[in-house]
Amino acid sequence: MEANIRGTGRLPAAFLTPGHSSFMEFLAEHSPELLPGRRKLPEGLTLEAPHGTTIVAAVFDGGVVIAGDRRATMGNVIAQRDIEKVFPADEYSAVGIAGTAGLAVEMVRLFQLELEHYEKIEGTTLSLEGKANRLTTMIRGNLGMAMQGLAVVPMFAGYDLDLGRGRIFTYDVTGGRSEERGFAATGSGSVFARGSLKKLYSPELTADQAGVLVIQALYDAADDDSATGGPDLARKIFPIVYVITGEGLRRLSEEEVARIAVSVTDERRTRPDGPQAPLQ
Amino acid sequence: MSTPFYVSPQQAMADRAEYARKGIARGRSVVVLTYADGIAFVAENTSRALHKVSEIYDKIAFAAVGRYNEFENLRIGGVRYADLRGYSYDRADVTARGLANVYAQTLGTIFSSVGEKPYEVELIVAEVGQSADDDQIYRLTPDGSVVDEQNSVVVGGNADSIGNYLGQRHQVGMSLAEALKLAVESLARDPNGGTPRSLTPEQLEVAVLDRVRPQQRKFKRILGPQLGRLLSQDPGDAAAADQAEPESSEDE
Repeated sequence: MEANIRGTGRLPAAFLTPGHSSFMEFLAEHSPELLPGRRKLPEGLTLEAPHGTTIVAAVFDGGVVIAGDRRATMGNVIAQRDIEKVFPADEYSAVGIAGTAGLAVEMVRLFQLELEHYEKIEGTTLSLEGKANRLTTMIRGNLGMAMQGLAVVPMFAGYDLDLGRGRIFTYDVTGGRSEERGFAATGSGSVFARGSLKKLYSPELTADQAGVLVIQALYDAADDDSATGGPDLARKIFPIVYVITGEGLRRLSEEEVARIAVSVTDERRTRPDGPQAPLQ
Repeated sequence: MSTPFYVSPQQAMADRAEYARKGIARGRSVVVLTYADGIAFVAENTSRALHKVSEIYDKIAFAAVGRYNEFENLRIGGVRYADLRGYSYDRADVTARGLANVYAQTLGTIFSSVGEKPYEVELIVAEVGQSADDDQIYRLTPDGSVVDEQNSVVVGGNADSIGNYLGQRHQVGMSLAEALKLAVESLARDPNGGTPRSLTPEQLEVAVLDRVRPQQRKFKRILGPQLGRLLSQDPGDAAAADQAEPESSEDE
């Protein structure tokens, strides 16, 4: 750890060298040991570390909503019941993470800083596409650890100010990036969440309906995937939901999410498999 | 072979200080002053892209006069310092005092190193606190001295005359509109006693560190229309309009 900028004297030359707007590139030159991907792990090692599970997102008319459950698991044990897996990246975008929780949270911190650093140095924000590509670079840097079981698979959602609509990007462990149409899910419960989203999604959704949609999908993921946590009514732990529009990013308050989660849970008492798509 | 000149250290330092002072005196001034909800930065600057006032970190901003390439270099160094420190420890561990010390060391080393010309810059590093009592403003001169300033400070060309005018009229707890008007008034004064110039919002670069801003990052530029409204406001209804001012979604 090198935070005292090497000694007590003047700013080191690296600090005053013009050129970089990227914090990651600056770190790579000045303090490479602080970069998440630079750590060497012993060969052939398998490590049990807490994993985050399901993240879902959906585009609605005027923005995008992204949500995550709260459970982290380590093997068959619930490691944490109230982990946060969706984070604001900047004013107009958010990132949700599935995979090894420790590494993912660190990656998110660096990603947030990368965007903020660029904004401060350049005096303007990156395009949404540019932000999505920065995330790709970070995942590539983690490939070595991913091969040893410490994979991080994020999902990136944001409002594209140039195009005037919400967009979702998903990634694989190699950094392969794909833009999703309408809705997306990642993590261990994603197959079940995606089925749920597919049946309920329509492009004409309002922001409120999209909020209900992602909670329905998380409920279905938790219903069939043991690593995904459903709404915990007893402990009052509910999913985290961010809504991003042209106005910026907003985290739904605990009361708002609780209200949706309770009504979804209540409906499931009479119809355990949830709302159905019409057959015709 | 000729005998080398002997220049006394006093003389050498005085020459360097004079050189730096002359460079700074060529530029327009920047005014920094506290108001009820934070710290305001007002500079005469027609450029929309080349800033004299910038964000460094959550609660810390930077203002500078002098040679653009030199203070821009220091600004970027400061952003890197703050971001690295916040990333290694915590965001709360990045302070204006720490940043001012690093700048002081950097400027001081450059000033007294024989191989380098002194930087022709004067800087202000300010941090907005939880309450007005916690606000901090540091002024840094080219020789690396740090001065802890209270309430209001001016750097640049006519700093003395503007500073006197401002110091006498500044009051603790002014509204933003009042503070900005006073700042613009003091910048527009003629140091030789002539008629004041008139400065339009287009000629000004204005930013604030606003302690009541809901976001973690308290720095905010005040741009065109909003600046015009604030400057043309009646002092009587200034407080009410400050409250009603919508938060702009675009900060830069």
